[in-house]
Amino acid sequence: MKIQIKGGRVVDPASGADKVQDVFVAAGRIVALGAEPGAFHANRVIDAAGLVVCPGLVDLSARLREPGYEYKATLESEMAAAVAGGVTSLVCPPDTDPPLDEPGLVEMLKHRARSLNQAHVYPLGALTQGLKGERITEMAELLDAGCIAFSQADVPLSDNLVLLRAMQYATTFGYPVWLRPRDAALSRDGVAHDGQVATRLGLAPIPVIAETAALSTILLLVRETGAKVHLCRLSSADGVDMVRQAKALGINVTCDVSANQVHLSEMDIGYFDSNCHLVPPLRSIRDRDAVRRGVQDGTVDAICSDHTPVDEDAKQLPFGESEAGATGLELLLALTLKWADEAGIALPAALARITSAPARILGIRAGSLASGAGADLCVFDPQVRWKVEPAMLKSQGKNTPFAGYEMSGKVRFTLVEGHVVYEA
Amino acid sequence: MTVSNPQLDVNGELTHLLTVEGLPREIILRILDTAHSFLSVGEREIKKVPLLRGKAIFNLFFEASTRTRTTFEIAAKRLSADVINLNVGTSSQSKGETLLDTVANLSAMHADMFVVRHSQSGAAHLIARHVAPYIHVINAGDGRHAHPTQGLLDMFTIRHYKKEFSALRVAIVGDVLHSRVARSQIHALTTLGVPEVRVIGPRTLLPSNVSELGVHVYHDMTTGLKDVDVVIMLRLQNERMNGALLPSAQEFFKYYGLTPEKLANAKRDAIVMHPGPMNRGIEIESSVADGRQSVILPQVTFGIAVRMAVMSILAGNA
Repeated sequence: MKIQIKGGRVVDPASGADKVQDVFVAAGRIVALGAEPGAFHANRVIDAAGLVVCPGLVDLSARLREPGYEYKATLESEMAAAVAGGVTSLVCPPDTDPPLDEPGLVEMLKHRARSLNQAHVYPLGALTQGLKGERITEMAELLDAGCIAFSQADVPLSDNLVLLRAMQYATTFGYPVWLRPRDAALSRDGVAHDGQVATRLGLAPIPVIAETAALSTILLLVRETGAKVHLCRLSSADGVDMVRQAKALGINVTCDVSANQVHLSEMDIGYFDSNCHLVPPLRSIRDRDAVRRGVQDGTVDAICSDHTPVDEDAKQLPFGESEAGATGLELLLALTLKWADEAGIALPAALARITSAPARILGIRAGSLASGAGADLCVFDPQVRWKVEPAMLKSQGKNTPFAGYEMSGKVRFTLVEGHVVYEA
Repeated sequence: MTVSNPQLDVNGELTHLLTVEGLPREIILRILDTAHSFLSVGEREIKKVPLLRGKAIFNLFFEASTRTRTTFEIAAKRLSADVINLNVGTSSQSKGETLLDTVANLSAMHADMFVVRHSQSGAAHLIARHVAPYIHVINAGDGRHAHPTQGLLDMFTIRHYKKEFSALRVAIVGDVLHSRVARSQIHALTTLGVPEVRVIGPRTLLPSNVSELGVHVYHDMTTGLKDVDVVIMLRLQNERMNGALLPSAQEFFKYYGLTPEKLANAKRDAIVMHPGPMNRGIEIESSVADGRQSVILPQVTFGIAVRMAVMSILAGNA
């Protein structure tokens, strides 16, 4: 299959290139940019006039809900959501049921995902067995089965000795460890940011220190062990500051935030909107603004969707009893463009946060349009305006705090390994 | 996203009573005035008016409470409504039925009004969002969030004894952090124009951002009670007396329990209130609870009139 993508604005965040030109795809790879290679004879020509052509999105956190939570979502529904959102590579956290702590589970997931021929799936293996924080997993076996790194997902690891040992063991083999800084005791029973909204609504609070106390422990352990650590879902101004300082000191960490934290604050909870019950919690406006500055200055490497499809029954409960999370795969691009528009960020720099930067964190050959790179592409219309209507989402999870928002930018084509897997 | 106030209808009239926050001053005063007119009903030989005849009011208590449920029941019966009491905590929920299923089932029995108590903040809002438009919801306490009828009956009590709100100093003492009563009182007092609302308690029992509710924070009873007109004591739950929040009930009483000596810092004619049930010897000394300045029992009497007022206004009969 040979495809010519004709006349689009080709943006390659990895190289910074941004110009109108053609892209030529053959045998799953980008074979040329600009001039047509000799004797190309395209099987299909995609007219991309007025559209943006960029690398397929790389999402550092998307829950697919298999195995165990098929009533919330299935691989079929969520992979369709991914490509509809222009996402061609995604990382799924290990908090499935059972958790991804055995090679067989990971192999099954990889196999199921591959057979769907859509986005590439990179599972995170559980750092500890059953995510219980007691015994480390067979990391080498899990890596062979297809895991890309090891994580506790959102389950805090309260025993610092186990955390130290897990980091030492992973570092022995050079495996990355992904951690969301969260102190178990300080966040216990909490459901909302310890701020004016939780005080007013009487919601059990999660203080910022639940993030920063854990973060300072992790940073000290990174310095001690030299572990390769990626910090997930920062939510606070203080947390972003600590990472900025750590990076300035030469501590080798990367970090991401969820697109929810880039746009929303505790104020959006309104009258107990359970769609705004998220983990980590939506924090103050000041925190949100600091997160945005962190993304802009590169302290925060990547924006992810933190896609978490939740069934309606689990959301139609009092705020504190409702299940946390928001669907996000189909909103990641539009929310990133919205941030870029509001903050005055150039398109290549904005797209870097959801393509080349997360690809670099993963160490995968994606997020680039270099000639010879795999043809994972997203072609979107930057102008078209649309309204978020939960029922229209392909994801089985309709739970979004952005319902009714006006967005700009809609995916028109998604290519994975040179095949059109989505078009609209 | 901006959401309209869920307890007011399109004309700004009260359709549910979920929280005192955001309740217009005129509506609060209307409830208090209406309650005043109901006060005499309880003193008649036939303690009934026919305002809610034929209406079905469901007391839906997901969290056990004898007192509050009883006062709502009396209020509804004095308005001639049919009252059905359900202790849901011990029936359908334990069989796995969801909150909204329970409500849908009771709606199908042609309920006109739900009086709801639940251990989770926001439960009454959730129910109000899902009931048919002709059904009214009264929040009888949700988690730590709100207990609006208690807040309103406290305002009724204060007005009864102090006449005006505009020159008062009011102190709320104890476990504000876990108290839905305190939140409703604070919103009511600030809406009614009380110039100085104080909260007094150890840092472990005050929410971190409590001053943003418009109150002055004190950690010491002597200065906190200085020259106040109204002292409101809060209940301290048993499970919070020993642990990381407080070392012991004795130490709490020593520093924050209301004794005649501490009360002497307040104005001579200050009134003492408590939402009940009281822990004598922990929040309050018996000599104060039963003393000259205590209005704790009148609070209970006024509570019935206030609940009658809320029910009749919601039913559109006031």
